[in-house]
This record gives sequence, structure tokens and C-alpha cells, in this order.
Amino acid sequence: MSSATYYVPEESRWPILASVALFLMAFGAGSLLNALSAEAGGGAGMVTLLIGALLLGLILVGWFGHVIKESQAGMYSAQMDRSFRWGMGWFIFSEVMFFAAFFGALFYVRTLAVPWLGGEGAKGAANMLWPGFEATWPLLQTPDMELFPGPQAIIDPWHVPLLNTVLLVTSSVTVTFAHKALKRDNRGAIKLWLLATILLGIVFVYFQGLEYAEAYNELGLTLQAGIYGATFFILTGFHGVHVTLGTFMLIIIWLRILKGHFDSEKHFGFEAVAWYWHFVDVVWIGLFLFVYVF
Amino acid sequence: MRCNRLALLLSGFVISPAVVAEWEVNLVRGVTEISHAIFDLHMIIFYVCVAIAVVVFGVMLWSIIYHRKSRGAKAHHFHEHLWVEILWTIIPFGILVAMAVPASQTLIQMYDKSEADINIQVTGYQWKWRYQYLGQDIDFFSNLSTPQDQINNEATKGENYLLEVDQPVVIPVGKKVRFLITANDVIHSWWVPALAVKQDAIPGFINEAWTVVDEPGIYRGQCAELCGRDHGFMPVVVDARSEEDYLQWVASQTQAQQAEKAAAEQTWTMEALISKGEEVYKTSCLACHQANGQGIPGAFPGLVNTPLMSGDGLMEHARIVVHGRTGTAMQAFGEQLSDVDLAAVITYERNAWGNDGGMITPQQIKQLKAE
Amino acid sequence: MSTLEQTASTGHHHGPAKGITRWLYTTNHKDIGTMYLIFSLVMFMVGGCMALTIRAELFQPGLQLIQPEFFNQMTTMHGLIMVFGAVMPAFVGLANWMVPMMVGAPDMALPRMNNWSFWILPFAFSMMLMTLFMEGGGPNFGWTFYAPLSTTYAPPSVTFFIFAVHMMGISSIMGAINIIATIFNLRAPGMTFMKMPLFVWTWLITAFLLIAVMPVLAGVVTMMLMDIHFGTSFFNAAGGGDPVLFQHVFWFFGHPEVYIMILPAFGIVSEIIPTFARKKLFGYTSMVYATSSIAILSFIVWAHHMFTVGMPLIGELFFMFTTMLIAVPTGVKVFNWIATMFRGSMTFETPMLFAVAFVVLFTIGGFSGLMLAIAPVDFQYHDTYFVVAHFHYVLVPGAIFSIMAATYYWLPKWTGNMYNESMGKLHFWLSFIGVNITFFPMHFIGLAGMPRRIPDYALQFADFNMVASVGAFLFGFAQLLFIYNIVCCARGGKKATDRVWEGSHGLEWTLPSPPPYHSFTQPPKVD
Ligand code: HEA
Ligand code: HEA
Ligand code: HEC
Ligand code: CUA
Ligand SMILES: [Cu+2]
Repeated sequence: MSSATYYVPEESRWPILASVALFLMAFGAGSLLNALSAEAGGGAGMVTLLIGALLLGLILVGWFGHVIKESQAGMYSAQMDRSFRWGMGWFIFSEVMFFAAFFGALFYVRTLAVPWLGGEGAKGAANMLWPGFEATWPLLQTPDMELFPGPQAIIDPWHVPLLNTVLLVTSSVTVTFAHKALKRDNRGAIKLWLLATILLGIVFVYFQGLEYAEAYNELGLTLQAGIYGATFFILTGFHGVHVTLGTFMLIIIWLRILKGHFDSEKHFGFEAVAWYWHFVDVVWIGLFLFVYVF
Repeated sequence: MRCNRLALLLSGFVISPAVVAEWEVNLVRGVTEISHAIFDLHMIIFYVCVAIAVVVFGVMLWSIIYHRKSRGAKAHHFHEHLWVEILWTIIPFGILVAMAVPASQTLIQMYDKSEADINIQVTGYQWKWRYQYLGQDIDFFSNLSTPQDQINNEATKGENYLLEVDQPVVIPVGKKVRFLITANDVIHSWWVPALAVKQDAIPGFINEAWTVVDEPGIYRGQCAELCGRDHGFMPVVVDARSEEDYLQWVASQTQAQQAEKAAAEQTWTMEALISKGEEVYKTSCLACHQANGQGIPGAFPGLVNTPLMSGDGLMEHARIVVHGRTGTAMQAFGEQLSDVDLAAVITYERNAWGNDGGMITPQQIKQLKAE
Repeated sequence: MSTLEQTASTGHHHGPAKGITRWLYTTNHKDIGTMYLIFSLVMFMVGGCMALTIRAELFQPGLQLIQPEFFNQMTTMHGLIMVFGAVMPAFVGLANWMVPMMVGAPDMALPRMNNWSFWILPFAFSMMLMTLFMEGGGPNFGWTFYAPLSTTYAPPSVTFFIFAVHMMGISSIMGAINIIATIFNLRAPGMTFMKMPLFVWTWLITAFLLIAVMPVLAGVVTMMLMDIHFGTSFFNAAGGGDPVLFQHVFWFFGHPEVYIMILPAFGIVSEIIPTFARKKLFGYTSMVYATSSIAILSFIVWAHHMFTVGMPLIGELFFMFTTMLIAVPTGVKVFNWIATMFRGSMTFETPMLFAVAFVVLFTIGGFSGLMLAIAPVDFQYHDTYFVVAHFHYVLVPGAIFSIMAATYYWLPKWTGNMYNESMGKLHFWLSFIGVNITFFPMHFIGLAGMPRRIPDYALQFADFNMVASVGAFLFGFAQLLFIYNIVCCARGGKKATDRVWEGSHGLEWTLPSPPPYHSFTQPPKVD
């Protein structure tokens, strides 16, 4: 390992403040949801949630701002840089596992639970309880159409989703170009490629929004539409949230580039966001294949 | 008695299993082929574990006694030995393979899906079991029959405390009985140790289990999956009878169903309904809405002096009880109770705890069910 | 690169700040480790009091002290608090203290995030405990919170429970990332992977497990949240979902979780036994491989908790075989410990007593685990006190004993003072006896047919329940000695040497006792 080069940051008030903010958010969200489900208005919960979220936002700005300052002041050694990389890498792995839970749920209901309910396979006796139910995927006809009215139709993968696939794949390419440009210290090119990536991200989210509107308004494909709608929305929904977050991160990186941060040697912040973006892209490919196409 | 057992326990755990069995510290051997197979497997693994334990702990004890510094032991300096390490990987593996073979055989036997002589659908409800004999007109609920005052330590506890029901499920010996197990609300688990049948009851799905009981007798078990408040109070009682007695029971059941229908046609007075209703309330409703009708705030609503209990609320009240409220713990009691019982319990609620809400007749209930 | 002077303490304080802000704002691995350990001890007391409430109610048949709904809340909270509040934070605290010292680092790799990982916990657990006072009561569906009891049929407080689990998950993931980064990146020159102390190794693998499965737990509670508040049907057959789906996802997290609670314990014991046997650990390499095998296998055994849910035959067989396989690497570990003791020169100070008891009692717990793994027989064992006996044997004289052993072992290093040895030994013997009186009879009542999670039971189980309750109170009160001993030791006492133990080896013993605020400002050389 390198010689004695290690930076232990000073005491910091960000962590404890961030914990308080997280608590307020969680508590507020809990109160809000409970109030909404009990149809009792949720004013207080909403306020707590917003305060918590605002606080957390401010803290993150402050915290990252602090880190960026330290980084700009050259306080981080190569070793520190590696720590950050390990950190980001494992964080992305944890995100992969988060999505894995939902993909797992999707595969389980498709290959086991729904066929059983429809009378197929080792536990087909279940069909006794749901006379007339037939297993299909996508599941347009749910076992109990009164409680969970299935969708009339599903999203056609070869329109908006295909377009979105093209958008995200392209954005992965553009962010790689930006990275290449950064390594060559070609600052003009970085700005352009990054901007292109950001725009692609925004357009993707916009199309996703359109698709949701269509699902809800025209297809009857909702969260309440049985297991197809449930898996569809949880997977695409969390993915959408990640794209949005990734876009934010890209914007910040872009602003930092504009301010002259990063050079061909040191640009961990940039790479972290690029990794994240690729991860979001790969998840989408999985979604496109298993949620939309097959 | 108690002291004896304590002494036995404390005198060390090296008691021979024969003695142990008497003190009910071992698995029951049960009364089916499968339960015997399981019991034997259990004992085999147990002995294997004991044998390994003796060797492993023996060596350890030896070291503890002889290789201690206070005895002047000097540390040797070995810290690797390839062959030993390979051996103690392979030997346990071999033991495991040897255990896996009979275990798999028994498991495959348990999954024998051949046709059964009798099919009974078993449905778990919070906190009772329903038995429907498929292809026969038999359908009843089986509730805990231990009185509340025994549970509250106000009366001496009976022999079968918590393991007794008002109506056990009756099956013939020597016949293959298939249980189609499901649940109406949350997950329960239908378990009778002597039959070695434990199968989770999953709402919306059906699990199959089967048994062939060798000896007539009463076999008791309990719900084995946490299912809410009264999980500890939903026993399973199986009454295995000879073929003859079983057929007799089937006949008497059919008669009972007819008697019930007749009762529903009869005219009932309010007093008669109220006194009958009190009994029904105790078995079916008290668990949630409580003896004083106040319920449990936040979980189960009170039934005292609410708009529902006033004159106008009558039909709505009856509708809730008959059809339940979907998605809540309030089940549709229409399928669980007879028209008379329903009329009785509703009338009782409307006139208990200071309520004054009139009465409803079994005939009205019948109409409501038909709606 | 930079021209700034580059040592660990560049431009900063050399000692802790004063007052409460020291603890609130700290970035120091030792302070954070201490906070984790204290937090864990508090949670152990809270969870323990809940256990004693359970045992008091079960002292005799009948309902005497508490009502069934409160009993269920106690069972649930006891399990959750012990698992997430006592055992896991204790191990993270030990890792915080020891990993940097063992690998020759000045601190953890990401010190600010380290502080955040800790401070999320008190808030998460406050929220979790608050649910007990909410309308409808707290979580009452067991620590495994099976749907639909935990969704459609749950009290409203379940929403807060879900968010508390999310917060704990965030905390654990960040803590694990930190440990991995520290181990990968801050090892002293010359400390190759195969030279790392086993505690560091086992924690590295544990951290990997944590990062792999905590997000899955987050995923499953998120699905619950959706079912409860947004009308989805993940766990409802009426919409095409399946309550058993919940169990699959939960146990995909849950089984690795139980190894998260035992692998660091293996590491601790592998440190302590060689020290007091004055002999190098037998089979270091095979220990590393065994730990890794256990971790990898732990991902494909989850459904052994679900043998009775009605899986198809092929599934039952698969999960039975994989589960049995875990006994092989675990056995290797047990044999290695014994081979380490064999022909050593042993003394039995308190840490060693706990470590030896660990080996014996954990193995007993492992044996009952193996019995549970035999699927056809598990149909009889499942959801009875036999299971309760199994997991308390691996958790209490397993995980908890290892934590106590570690505390006694490193306490002199942490505080610079020796603890009171005779009181330590008394604590050990009372705990050892108490634990066995409490949990051994549970094997018997379980086999005899007593289901778990019930507030009242049939008369034939009465005697052994009484015995177990007596043992539980004995064990509980014995812990007062532990607390007293720690407090006294922290406040003063005989000074400890740097080596502390005659047979100790490793970088942490080259530092003074107590160690300087920043452990290694100059990385030591390891040959
Ligand atoms: C620290 C925690 C921990 C550990 C280490 C283990 C270890 C093991 N557990 Fe346990 N387990 C739990 C915590 C733990 N468990 C908990 C909390 C539950 C209940 C959850 C709930 O429902 O609430 C549970 C439940 C549980 C079940 C489900 C029971 C049921 O609900 O029906 C099963 C079934 O297979 C099981 C099996 C095993 C096995 C095979 C091991 C193995 O890893 C053990 C291996 C060790 C040995 C075997 C001993 C040493 C080996 C030798 C000396 C070698 C030679 C031996 C042989 C060849 C036999 N466990
Ligand atoms: C690491 C985990 C861990 C630990 C350490 C323990 C420790 C103990 N547990 Fe455990 N337990 C679980 C994990 C754990 N448990 C889990 C996961 C479940 C399953 C939950 C479920 O079903 O959902 C369970 C369930 C469980 C049950 C079954 C409940 C049921 O099925 O209804 C019982 C019953 O006896 C029990 C008892 C005990 C006892 C007596 C202790 C004792 O060892 C505790 C001793 C500790 C103390 C007493 C506190 C410290 C002492 C003091 C501060 C001294 C002074 C205080 C007093 C004396 C009041 N536990
Ligand atoms: C498993 C628990 C449980 C049992 C047993 C039970 N109930 Fe209920 N009951 C509930 C719950 C929960 C509600 C509230 C449903 C809701 O949220 O709307 C309820 C609601 C009601 C209401 C409507 C109260 C109101 O003001 O809205 C009536 C009337 C009622 N139950 C009667 C009965 C009768 C009669 C029985 C027995 C035959 C019975 N209940 C058994 C749980 C139960
Ligand atoms: Cu039904 Cu437990
Ligand atoms: Cu497990």
C-alpha cells in the first residue's frame, strides 16, 4: 500500500442531522400513509415528511459540498479515492439486490403462483377456490375480478418502451464518450456529451410518465389491477425513480464540470455517477425484456 | 411428582430414551405408517448427533483436562495437517449422504398423490377450523371448547385444557383420508402430531396432505402458524373411528343438518333468541368484540350504543354480520352460522350492554343471505 | 498530487472533543464502536426484559399477567430487537473497534458515513418501540412478519415498523460498505489477504452477506407497504399473488441473516482460542474456505424454513440437501478449534471460558439445526419449541456468548484496565448454567408438541416451562454482573499491559492499552 497517506476527516455534524432528517421523513411518511388509508386527512404527516425531505436535501447539499471542497483542496489521496470507489461499487451492488427482490417476485408469480391458481402444476388444486380462473401471462383476468379488476390491455413493448430502450442505451454511450473526453481533458466535448446524456434521461422520464398516464387512463393497468400491474409498477416505478436520481446526479456533475472541477487523473465523482448510470441502464434492459417483451 | 422430574432433568441429560419417552420429552411415535417412519428417522439422526458429540466433546474434554498450563502442558506447534483436514471433511459428508437417503425416501412417501377414499376440505379461520366433507352434505366449524374461566384461572383446568373442541373432525381408520387444506384469512397450519401431518393453510391456495390412521382414538393437535391473537386457542381434534361408527356418524350428521333447517322455519321469541345468542356470541364473537361489547380500540370496534345498534341500523348490522367486511378481520359469518344462530346473535347484540335495537328473525336472515 | 502534509492527523485534533458533541459529531472509529456497543447492550436489556415478560407469562398454564395480543407483541419485538438491535450492532461495534486496529489502519475508510450508520439506529429503534404505544398496538405478527397477517390483518402501526426496517437496512448497508472498504483498502503494507486475522476475514464475508441481503429485506417490506396502502396484490391470491411469495423473499434474506449473526462470532472464537491455548490456530486456510462456503451455501437453503408451506417435492429435496451440506464446513470449523486446543497450553480466563462454552453449545445448536434440516422430520418439529431451542442455542450461547467473550477479551485493550476476573468467572458460570436451564428443556416441550408463539399451553408442558422460566430469570439477573464489571473496568482498576494476554498475537496488541485516538498514524509493517 501507499505510504502514510490517510485523511481522517474532522468531526462533522452532517451525519447526526441527516439521521434526524431521515427520522422525520420516515415518521411523516408513516403518519401520512396511515391517515390517507384511514381517510382521515394527513396534514401533520405531510408537513413532517416535507420538513424531513427538505432538511435531508439541504444536508446532502451541504455534506457533498463539504466533500467537494475537501476534494478540490487536494486532501484526498489516491488511497482515499480507492475507498470511495469500493464504497460506490458495493452501493451499486446493494441496489442490484434491491431490484433482484422484485425480479424474483415477478419470476415466482409468473412461473409458479399464477399457473397454480389456474390449475396447472404440482399445486393445481388451488383452482378449486377460483372456479373459472385461467392462468395467462400477462394476467388480464385475475382470480377475483371484483377485488382486483385486471387490465384491459398492456403496454405494447414495441412503441414507447422500445424508444425508451434506445434512449437509455444511447445515453450510456454518450456518458462513455464524456468519460473518454474527460480522460483527454477535452472539456468542451465533456460538457456536450454530458448535456446530451442529461437530456436523454429527462426525455426518458417524460416518456415513462406518458406511458403511466396511458396505462391508468386507457388500459386500466393500475396498481390495483392484480399481480401484473403490481409487478409492472413496482419494477418500472423504482427504475424510474433511479433514472430521476441519476439525472440529478448527472446535472450536478455537469455543473461541477462547468466550474472546472475534475481532471484527467482525478474524477471519482464523475465515474461514480457514470457507473450508476450504466447500472440504471442495465436494469432497464432487464425490465424491457422481462416486464414488457416476454 | 414435579420434583421428581426436575431431579431427573438436572441429574444430567444422559437419560436413556426409553425412560425419557415416559416423561413426554420425545416425539410421539404416532399412529400412522408415516409417523412411525418419521419417528425412526428422528431417533436415527438423534443418535448420530449424540455419537458425533461424544467424539468431538470427548477430544475437547481430554484437551481441557490434560493440556492445560496449570498441569505444565507445553504448547505443540502444529497448525496444519492436510490429511486430517480432508478426512474430517469427507467423513461428515459421508454421514450426511447416509442420512439423506432414508430421509428422501420418507419424504417421497409423504408426497404420495394416489387417490384417497375420503376427501375433506379443511379451512382455517381466525381462530377455528372448518371441515367440509367433499361429496357429502357435511360441513361444520370446530371451535375451542375450553371455557374462558379455565383460561383465566378462575376454574380448575380440565384434562384436555386447550386441546378440546365442540365438534371434532371424524374419520374412519384404515382408509386413506386426504385433507385439502386452505385458509380464509391469514396463514394457519393444521397439525396433529400423532398423524405426523402438519400442513400450512394458505389463503387462496390449497395444500394437500393425507393420512391412514391405524388405531381408533382421539388425536389432538394445534394450529402451528402464528395467526393472530388467538393462535394459541385453535386446537385440532381428530376422532378416528371404526368404519361402522364412522358411517353411523355420517348418517347422524345428515339428520342434524335437517333439524337445523326445521328450526329456521319455526317462530322465535326475542327472549329465546337473546339467550341463544349469548352462547353464540361467546363462541364466535367474544374473541374480538370482547365480553362487554367494547371491542379493542384500534383493532376491533365496540358494539355498544353505536348508530348501528339503534333501530334504523338493523339491516345494516345484519348485513355486516352475514356478509362480513371484506379485507378486514370481520368475516362473513353467513357461511359459518345457521340462520337461527345469526338471528340470535344479532338480536343478542342489539339488546345487550344497554343497547335497545329490536330483533331480527331467522326468516329475515334467510332473505338477506339470498340477496 | 497534493502538497499538503499527509499523515493521518493532518491539521486536526489528536484527541477527542469534549462534551456531548464528541459523540454526536465524531468520526472516530473507537468512539463509534463504543456507541454501537452501548446501544447494543441497552437493546439487549430491552429485548431481554421482553423475553422475561414472555417467560413470566409462560411460567404456568393459563393467562395470568398479560393478554394474548400483548404477548404476541412481546414475542415479535423480542425477536426483532435481539436480532437487529442487540446482536448485529454489537458485531458492528466490535468491527469498528477492532478491524482498523487489526489491519493497521488509522480509522475506518469512510469515517463520516460510519457515524451516520450508527446514528440512524437509535432513531430507527425509537420508532420501532413507539409502535407499542400506538392505537391497535405494535407489530404482533412475529419477527418473520408473514403476510397477510402483517398486511391486511395488521395494526396500523405496521407502517412505522416498515419504515423502521428501511432505516435499519440503510444503516447496515452503509456499515458493511465501510467495513469492506476498510479491509480492501487500508491494510498495512505486507498484510495480504491470507495473513488477515480471522475476525477480519469473517467480517469481510459477513459484510458481503449484509450488502447482498439487506436490500432484499427492504424490497419485501416495500412490497408489504404497497399491499397495505396502494392496493397491490403481491401477497394476495385474489389478484394473482401468493402469501408464500412473501416467505420466499423474506427467507432469502432471513437465512443469510442468521449467518450474519454467527460468522463474526466464529471470527472472535478463532481469535480467542489460539490466545489461551498458546498455540497457532489450526487450519487457518481451511477456516477461510469454510467461512466462504457457509456464506455461499447460505443463499441456496432459505426454504428450509418453509418445509410445511406445501412446496413441490423437488423443492423440498433440494433445500434439504443444501441445508445438510452446511454442516460440513461448519464441522471443519469446530474440528479446527478443537485441534487448536489439542496439545496446547491452556488457561481459562473469562474470555476463554465463554469461547469454550461457545464451541460446545453452538455445536449442540448446530445438531438440532441438522435435525430440523431433515425435511420429513421437520414436519413434526416445525413451529414448535424445538425450533425455539435450536435457535436460542445458536444465538444466545452462540452469538451472545461470543460477544461477551470478545468484550472480556478486548476490554483491557479498550479501557487500559483489567476487569475483575473472579466476577467475570462468576458471570460466566451463572450464564452457562442459566442458559442451559432455560433452553435445554425447550427441546423436550418442543418434541412433546408445544407450538411456539402461544401465550398459554396444555397441561403436559407445564413442568418444563416452569424450569425454563426459572432459568431465564437466573440468566437475566446474571447479566447485571456483566454490566457492573464493564462499568467498573471503564472507570479504573489494575492497569493492563499492551499485550494484555500472554498468548496474544496480532497488530492490535502492539498498540498501547488504551490505544491512541487514531490507531495507526503510520502504517505498521507486517512481514
Ligand atoms: C446464529 C444463528 C443460526 C445458525 C448458525 C443456524 C444454523 C443452522 N440452522 Fe438454524 N435457525 C436460526 C438461527 C440459526 N441457525 C433461527 C433464528 C431459526 C428460526 C427462525 C424463525 O422461524 O423464527 C432457525 C431455524 C432453522 C430451521 C427451520 C426450522 C423450522 O422452522 O422448522 C432449520 C431447518 O433446516 C435450521 C437449520 C439449521 C442448520 C442445518 C444450521 C447449520 O448451520 C448448523 C451446522 C452446525 C453443526 C451441524 C454442528 C457442528 C458440526 C459438526 C460437529 C460436524 C459433524 C456433524 C454432522 C455431520 C452431523 N434452522
Ligand atoms: C439474538 C437473539 C436472541 C436472544 C439473545 C434471545 C434471548 C432470550 N430469548 Fe429469545 N427469541 C429470539 C431471539 C433471541 N432471544 C427470536 C428471533 C425469537 C423468535 C421470535 C418470534 O417468534 O417471532 C425468540 C423467541 C423467544 C421465545 C419464544 C416466544 C414465543 O414463541 O412466543 C422465548 C420463550 O421463552 C424466548 C426467550 C428468551 C430468553 C429467556 C432469552 C434470554 O437469553 C434473555 C436474557 C437477557 C436479559 C434478561 C436482559 C439483560 C439482563 C439484565 C439487564 C439484567 C436485569 C434485568 C432483569 C432480570 C429484568 N425467546
Ligand atoms: C376476528 C375478529 C372478529 C370476530 C370473531 C368478529 N368480528 Fe365483528 N368486527 C371485526 C372487525 C375488525 C370489525 C371492523 C371492520 C371494519 O374495519 O369495518 C368488525 C365489525 C363488526 C360490526 C360493525 C361495527 C361497526 O360499528 O362498524 C358488527 C356489528 C360486528 N362486527 C359483529 C360481529 C358479530 C355478531 C360477530 C360474531 C358472530 C363478530 N362481529 C365477530 C372483527 C371480528
Ligand atoms: Cu391459526 Cu395459528
Ligand atoms: Cu435458516
